[in-house]
Amino acid sequence: MPQIFHRSANTLSRATIFGAVFVIAALGLVGYEIQGSPYVTYAGVRKPQPVPFSHQHHVAGLGIDCRYCHTSVETSSFAGIPPTKTCMNCHSQIWTNAQLLEPVRASYRSGQSLQWTRVNQLPDFVFFNHSIHVTKGVGCNTCHGPVDQMPLMYQQESLQMEWCLGCHREPQNNLRPRDQVFNMRYQPPTSAHPVVVDGQSYTDQVDLGTALVKKYNVRSVKDITSCNTCHR
Amino acid sequence: MTLDPKNESGKREDVCPSKKGKLDLESVRARIEEVSDEQAGPEYWRSLEELAGSTEFQEALHREFPKGASEWVDSVSRRGFLQVMGASMALAGMTGCVKLPLEPIVPYVRQPEEVVPGRPMFYATAMTLGGYANPLLVESHLGRPTKIEGNDQHPASLGGTDIFAQASILGMYDPDRSQSVVSLGDQRSWQAFVSAIRGPLSAQKALKGAGIRVLTPTISSPTLADQLNNFLKIYPQAKWHVYEPVNRDNVLEGAKMAFGQPVETRYDFSKADVIVSLDADFLYAGFPGNVRYIRDFAKRRDPDGNMNRLYIVESTPTTTGAKADHRLAMRTAEIEGFASALATLSSGAASGVGGARQDVMKVLMAVNADLESHDGSSLVIAGDHHQPIVHAIAHALNAKLGNVGKTVFYTEPIDANPVNQFESIKDLVGDINAGKVDLLVIIGGNPAYDAPADLDFASVLKSDKVPIRVHCGLYQDETAELCQWHINQAHELETWGDARAYDGTVSIIQPLIAPLYQGKSAVEFVALLSGQTDATGYDLVRAYWQKQHAGANFEAFWRRSLNDGWVEGTTFAPKSVTAKSANFPASNSGEAAANAIELNIRRDPSIYDGQFSNNGWLQELPKPMTKLTWDNAILMGPKMADRLQVKSIDVVELELNGKKVTGPVWVQVGHPDNSVTVFLGYGRKRAGRVGTAQGFDAYPLRTSAAPWFASGLQIRKTGEKYVLASTQGYQWMDTPNGDHRPLVREAALAEYRKDSNFAKEQGEEPAPGLTLYKPYPYKEEAYAWGMAIDLNSCVGCNNCMVACVAENNIAVVGKEQCAIGRHMHWIRIDTYYQYPSEEARDRDNPKAFFQPVPCQQCENAPCEVVCPVGATNHSSEGLNDMIYNRCVGTRYCSNNCPYKVRRFNFLLFQDWETPQYKLMRNPDVSVRSRGVMEKCTYCVQRISEHKIDTETASVREGKEIKIQDGELQTACQQSCPANAIIFGNINDPNSKVSKLKAQSRNYSLLGELNTRPRTTYLAEVSNPNPEMKS
Repeated sequence: MPQIFHRSANTLSRATIFGAVFVIAALGLVGYEIQGSPYVTYAGVRKPQPVPFSHQHHVAGLGIDCRYCHTSVETSSFAGIPPTKTCMNCHSQIWTNAQLLEPVRASYRSGQSLQWTRVNQLPDFVFFNHSIHVTKGVGCNTCHGPVDQMPLMYQQESLQMEWCLGCHREPQNNLRPRDQVFNMRYQPPTSAHPVVVDGQSYTDQVDLGTALVKKYNVRSVKDITSCNTCHR
Repeated sequence: MTLDPKNESGKREDVCPSKKGKLDLESVRARIEEVSDEQAGPEYWRSLEELAGSTEFQEALHREFPKGASEWVDSVSRRGFLQVMGASMALAGMTGCVKLPLEPIVPYVRQPEEVVPGRPMFYATAMTLGGYANPLLVESHLGRPTKIEGNDQHPASLGGTDIFAQASILGMYDPDRSQSVVSLGDQRSWQAFVSAIRGPLSAQKALKGAGIRVLTPTISSPTLADQLNNFLKIYPQAKWHVYEPVNRDNVLEGAKMAFGQPVETRYDFSKADVIVSLDADFLYAGFPGNVRYIRDFAKRRDPDGNMNRLYIVESTPTTTGAKADHRLAMRTAEIEGFASALATLSSGAASGVGGARQDVMKVLMAVNADLESHDGSSLVIAGDHHQPIVHAIAHALNAKLGNVGKTVFYTEPIDANPVNQFESIKDLVGDINAGKVDLLVIIGGNPAYDAPADLDFASVLKSDKVPIRVHCGLYQDETAELCQWHINQAHELETWGDARAYDGTVSIIQPLIAPLYQGKSAVEFVALLSGQTDATGYDLVRAYWQKQHAGANFEAFWRRSLNDGWVEGTTFAPKSVTAKSANFPASNSGEAAANAIELNIRRDPSIYDGQFSNNGWLQELPKPMTKLTWDNAILMGPKMADRLQVKSIDVVELELNGKKVTGPVWVQVGHPDNSVTVFLGYGRKRAGRVGTAQGFDAYPLRTSAAPWFASGLQIRKTGEKYVLASTQGYQWMDTPNGDHRPLVREAALAEYRKDSNFAKEQGEEPAPGLTLYKPYPYKEEAYAWGMAIDLNSCVGCNNCMVACVAENNIAVVGKEQCAIGRHMHWIRIDTYYQYPSEEARDRDNPKAFFQPVPCQQCENAPCEVVCPVGATNHSSEGLNDMIYNRCVGTRYCSNNCPYKVRRFNFLLFQDWETPQYKLMRNPDVSVRSRGVMEKCTYCVQRISEHKIDTETASVREGKEIKIQDGELQTACQQSCPANAIIFGNINDPNSKVSKLKAQSRNYSLLGELNTRPRTTYLAEVSNPNPEMKS
């Protein structure tokens, strides 16, 4: 009785088994990459907005403080999206005829809210609180990126759990003095540009951060990495 | 795990213990004999199955979920099955990989002052039940009310609420509420009604309103009463009738009998050492002032300080009876005899009380002696459903004992129109039948469903004898259907108004949200009838109070009243009334034949008179004694069931004076013999999607002559069975190795004083170090959360359960799912029964105990170590966290939980679609989906909020600020009228919870398992009369 399979079947089956490992691994890698890619996370994606509001112009150009519009950032979980009235404080005086601003004026006239698209979006099972981060020395641009250089707003980071935990596990890497939280041009300390806190000069971020963890009574890593810190 | 060998050979059984109907009364009885003969000391049981030691019970004890809960119960076609399987295979593990959809963010146009997005605001308001106001604080998130709390500064609440107030948030968002004006089945506008009613009203003007009748429920609102009186001034011949099915006619008539005038009775339980309740259920929602009474009663029940003693003579087992130190089960008709015998005894004449049963005589003598030795610190209280004479006797006794002015106060009635309501509606029907009524206006209420059966109100409406019928109500219910015009009424959380609490204090009702469906309030509706077409509720209420306010600066007065939640100076001052001496004419109901069966009709513990039928939270709330959900039943005692050869869930037919009703039987220990109880509120025809056709309608048995009890009931077995969903048989806890370590622990006061450590001695707790795991240094953390539940204070009122549902977005699952044990309550109240060893002979009258069981937050949590995906973990502060988004639904954790407190979303129980429910939910708590485990979190959202607030304040002010004791409350704790649940930081030795845990009564549930639960219990101490021991 002749052999059913040709000798080459041996090679073929070895290659298939060996190859399958790579194919599965490759699929896994592709899946992982997609999951972390801007396609899923929206990092760096400019979402459609009713008015092409430029943070670059208002923050860097005009020097308006973050808190002029995001009023509840220091007191509430939610930083606050300015009501139409806030826009009209200035735009009832300047650029009153700009076509771009028509949706704002229409909203003010009709009493219908503007419908923005949320840029920094977390899943519903994550409960983030702005006030505690701002109070403990996490700068706006640590998470939101160089907002003052964004003509159109986009999300800087992936906002995935891994990214959050990076800071919750080592908060000293990111803290800055509280008076610098809203400073978009803040630079972490270097030997060329030391940062002075309570009369002490720091040239290294970890040294500064460790001092600030103590000063601001940041809770233990075990505490701020407890699940219920963000999930409830 | 040992199972009875009989079970192995047995065939597959039905899933629900209540479905089985296998309860073998003979074995129960045999077991009872055994217990009493052995005098084995306290033994606690939760259901008759358990007492009988049935195989079903043994099995249920060892199951993670009730049998059948984990099985696929819906019938499914082969094709459907393959589709589902195919899809789940293909998508297994991919559920976490979703791209978030784009989400809009919608700011205000002009942001209102003081509104901070992300921070709730609280407004003081009130809700009424039977006319009595319940003062509330309502939490509002960006204009959406989400949670009801009691107004902690109001004397009628002190922070507590009742179940109806808690659940009213669901009532307000109910999508089945009436959403428009309807005329003869067509949607119409309010304007259309305004112009349609103008003609008939002006026609009546010429007749001085002789053809107008207004029917309202009990009204305590000064504004509304003033408006109605104004209306009667415009139409002097018109009449205002009052009817509510659960009314206080007997109380009113009793007061008239005793004092010759209608007065309201107010009690002060904080000064009462001996309380005699003649069938009064004063510790449960629906009894006016119950929230305050529970607080005072529980406070005076301190085994280390003042300990009151409660005697109760009871016709239907209630929670108040369960808290009593001595409980005597008697038929309602016999209680009058008991009361008059007590009055006779108290007047010094021992004769005239002969003929009483010997056990009754013993109680009578003891009660009398106890009362006499507590002049001025005792209290006699009669139940609302008793004949006026019982109330009159109670008044006379209180007067004789010198309690008036000390524990009992009389005030003006809070009812603005204190008429006899059964007479009132009878007059109305008489007038209608005589053709005198041209325009009938029904404001609130549902008389077509709940009026006495002898009046047949529905047929009267249907007969077209009244040409124009107008109904203003929350639902398009049975009455709305029979009226030409239906006006959609606004909910009390949507309107302006006012109402009086049980002590007369007026609260202004302020709206939390604009009417969802453009409804009109009663105040606005009556204004229209009086010709004020466009008046708004705000203007009307404000105008009334402006008239009342004599002093200057009305604005400040008004704002303060709104802010505080009550109007200064409106509390009724005690009134001095003199009781006429004791000879009251006996009612004829006391002479019922000894073996004639008595029918008792009571309001339902969960849905009241039927007005809360469409409220899923209340329908699913296990009723305190029976633990029934979604249904009413015919309650009877075991002896009687034995005699009639019926068991729980057997359907029987009740017949009284030719009227017939069929319903399922529920055998309830503690129920007097030769007597059955039925509950009102069920069998609705037009309640809404939730309430329609649940249970059976008991109103046909209710007549205006005998609204609460009647003799001569006939019972016939039909041979049918009916599925009842009782949670009593679920979540049984097992003591390891069958050891005798009771889950509820209690002692009499004398025993407690002798041995204050009795609770600890009944169990054992391994030393803290006895574990393989490395102990976590919780002591070093700023906070370690813990809870102490005082069983002595808990009155089993169910409030914590509804508060938890509202706070934590807990889903309603429906009757079918409840019946197979899939209910989702994070906190349950277990009811245990026990025969006190010395009174074992009174076999149908066991003692009852309540034990609220939330997640115990074990330090050595058995659930955590078995989770394969790390979805349940321990926090540094000792919380047992549950992370929904990680959970894959293996249910290993609940299998390993000895307390059976974990709940699993077997199906998609949450309603994700209905827009109203989206508004209702607490935005600080995740809404769980299918396939996810959930459980009590100690309200971690509240902990987080308080922690963040104190920490930001600390940094800002440069000094350490910690969460103050008592500032942070869990939802169950906050709503508890008895203060039985105390939560706090156990690392602070001065916190209230630490102090409670340091008490000798403190013990852990199943502590011998070395789970080291953070929730512990304080054992119950009862205060029986030592004289009655023999």
